[in-house]
Amino acid sequence: MQKEAAIREPLILGHKTYHDVTEDVCRPIEDKAPKMWYILFGIALVIGLYGVGSILYLLGTGVGVWGLNKTIGWAWDITNFVWWVGIGHAGTLISAVLLLFRQKWRMAINRSAEAMTIFAVFMAGTFPLIHMGRLWVGYWVMPIPNQFGSLWVNFNSPLLWDVFAISTYLSVSLVFWYIGLIPDFATIRDRAKKPLAKKMYGILSFGWSGRAKHWNRFELVSLVLAGLATPLVFSVHSIVSFDFATSVIPGWHTTIFPPYFVAGAVFSGFAMVQTLILIMRKAMGLEAYIHTKHVEYMNIVIMVTGSIVGTAYITELFISWYSGVEYESYAFINRATGPYWWAYWSMMTCNVISPQLMWIRRLRRSLLFTFFISIVVNIGMWFERYVIIVTSIHRDYIPAAWSMHFPSHIDIAIYIGTIGLFFVFFLLFARYFPVLALNEVKTILKGSGQSYKESPDYHKHH
Amino acid sequence: MSDKVLYVMYDDDEVLKNSAKQLVAKGVKISEVFSPFPIHGIDPIIGIKNTRLGIMAFLYGLTGLTLATVGMRYFMIVDWPMNIGGKPNFSYLDNMLAFIPITFEFTVMCAAHGMAITYLLRNKTLPGMPAQNPDPRTTDDKFVMEIRLSENTKVTEAELDGMLQEIGYLELDKKEIK
Repeated sequence: MQKEAAIREPLILGHKTYHDVTEDVCRPIEDKAPKMWYILFGIALVIGLYGVGSILYLLGTGVGVWGLNKTIGWAWDITNFVWWVGIGHAGTLISAVLLLFRQKWRMAINRSAEAMTIFAVFMAGTFPLIHMGRLWVGYWVMPIPNQFGSLWVNFNSPLLWDVFAISTYLSVSLVFWYIGLIPDFATIRDRAKKPLAKKMYGILSFGWSGRAKHWNRFELVSLVLAGLATPLVFSVHSIVSFDFATSVIPGWHTTIFPPYFVAGAVFSGFAMVQTLILIMRKAMGLEAYIHTKHVEYMNIVIMVTGSIVGTAYITELFISWYSGVEYESYAFINRATGPYWWAYWSMMTCNVISPQLMWIRRLRRSLLFTFFISIVVNIGMWFERYVIIVTSIHRDYIPAAWSMHFPSHIDIAIYIGTIGLFFVFFLLFARYFPVLALNEVKTILKGSGQSYKESPDYHKHH
Repeated sequence: MSDKVLYVMYDDDEVLKNSAKQLVAKGVKISEVFSPFPIHGIDPIIGIKNTRLGIMAFLYGLTGLTLATVGMRYFMIVDWPMNIGGKPNFSYLDNMLAFIPITFEFTVMCAAHGMAITYLLRNKTLPGMPAQNPDPRTTDDKFVMEIRLSENTKVTEAELDGMLQEIGYLELDKKEIK
C-alpha cells in the first residue's frame, strides 16, 4: 500500500468504506432519474435534433447552405472541428498522461473526462465528414483499391494525416475507456435486481469476474495503453495544426503551431471537464470524491496551459513583425485592428487574462468562479480557432477578392446542434454508466482517504 | 472427477494477502483470488506469472509499422508516383518525412487494438459471457480465495479447516463440483 504525506489533502473525504464507494457511484444509476435530468435531456435532445435536421438539409442541398464564399472556404465548420477536437484532449490526457505520472487525483475524474473526450471527438468528426458534401463517398479517404485506375489518396497531405490521427485517437480512446469500464459494469451487474438491468449490464461487463490473473493483465493493459495514448494525445492536435501550418497562408504558416495547438487543446479540454464535473458532482452527490482539491489541480493545469497559449499568441505577434514579411505582419495587424478586431480581443481577454487569475488561491479554489472561467475559456478557445481560420483568409493577396464571413443559420444550427448532441450523449452516460472509476477509487481509499489519513496509526505501519 | 472447492471470504485486501501468505507457507495451493480491484502483491504469493501482453503489444505495433511503411511505399512510390510541383516521388527515403505521421498513428492503432483484443480473448471476457465470481459481493467490497481439494492432496479437508480457523476469515463456503 502506498503512503503519502500527511499534509497532503485527502482525495476522498468523509469516512468511506469500500462498500460506500460502490453505493455512492451506483445509487444514481439504480435510482429513478431526477426530474431535472429529464428536463435537461429534453432540451439537449431538441437542440440536437435541430442540428441533425440541419445536417440532413445540408447533405440534401449542398455545402452552399453555409456562409462560405470564394475567399473564405473554411469558417465555422473547421472552427467547430478544431474546437471539439481540442475539447476532446482532456480525457485521454487525464487518464493516460496522469496515469504515467502516477497522479491519483485523476481517478475521480478520468471516467467522465474520457466519456467527454469520446463524445467531443464524435462531434468533431462530424464536421470534416459533412464538409465533404457527399457524405456517401466519405470512404474515399481510405486507401481502398478501386476501379478509378491506380488512384490512391495523397499520403503527403496533412488532411489525410488528420483522417488517420482522428480515427486512431477516437478508437483508441474508446477502447481505453471501455477496458476500464468492464470491471465497474460487473459491479453494477452483481447489484442489479431488475432482470433487464442484470441482463444488460451482464452483456456490457463481458462476464468479468475479477480473477487475480485478469487483474494482472488489466493493470498491464492500462499501463501500455496509457503509454501508447500519451504520444497519441500530443500527435493528434499537432497533426490538426499541420492542416494550417504546412500551408503557405500568412497567419497559418507558423512553426509554433503544433505545441501551441496542443496546449490550447488541453486548456479548453480541462475547461470543459470543469464545466461538466462541477454540475455532475453536485447533481449526483459525489462531492466526497470530486472536491475542491481536484478542481484546484485542474485549475492549475488550466493556468499553465493558458500561459503557454498566451505566450504563443505574443510570440506569433512578435515574429510577424520581426520576420519583416509584410504579408505576415499584415495578417496580424489585420487580426487585431481589422474588421474582426472583436473576435481577436475576445480571444485575448478570455484566453490570456482569465487563466492568470488562477494564481490567486482563493479564486482557484472557488467552485463558482471556476465554473464561470471554464465557460469563458471555451468561448475564448472557439474565438481562437475562428480568428486563426477566418481572419487569415478573409483578406488575401488580391484586395479585390477581400471578403467577410457571415454565418448562415445552418452554420449556427449545426454548431449549436452538436452541443445539443454532445449533452444528449453525456446525459445518457451519466444516467447509465458508472461516472466514477469506482473500483479504481477503492485502490486509493486507504492511501488517500480522509478517515485513513486521520487515523493515528496511518504513519506507524508499512 | 468430483472435487470440493473452498471459498474463503475476507472484507479487506491486506487481510486476505496476509492469510494467503500464511496458507502458502503451510503448503496450501490457492487456485484463484476474486477481488473488486487489483490487490497489489498477491500475484507472487499465489504463484501468478506476469502477463506477456506487453510483448504482444510490441509485436502488434511492429506489424502496424511494417504495414504502414510497405503500404505507403507501394501507393506513393511504386504504383503511382505523383509529380507535385515538379518534385516527383522517386524514392521512399526522399519522401519519408511526409509518411511519419501516418506511420506513427497506424503503429499505435495496431498496437492498441491488437493488445485490447488479445486481452479480451485471453481473459475470455467477451459480450454475453457468464460471470464466474463465486459471490456477487466480490465486485463490491469482499475478497475471496478459492482453494480446491484436488490441488491440495497433501492436506485433508479437516486439516485445512483447522488452518483456516487459526488464520481467520469472514465467511467460508464449500461447494461440491461434479
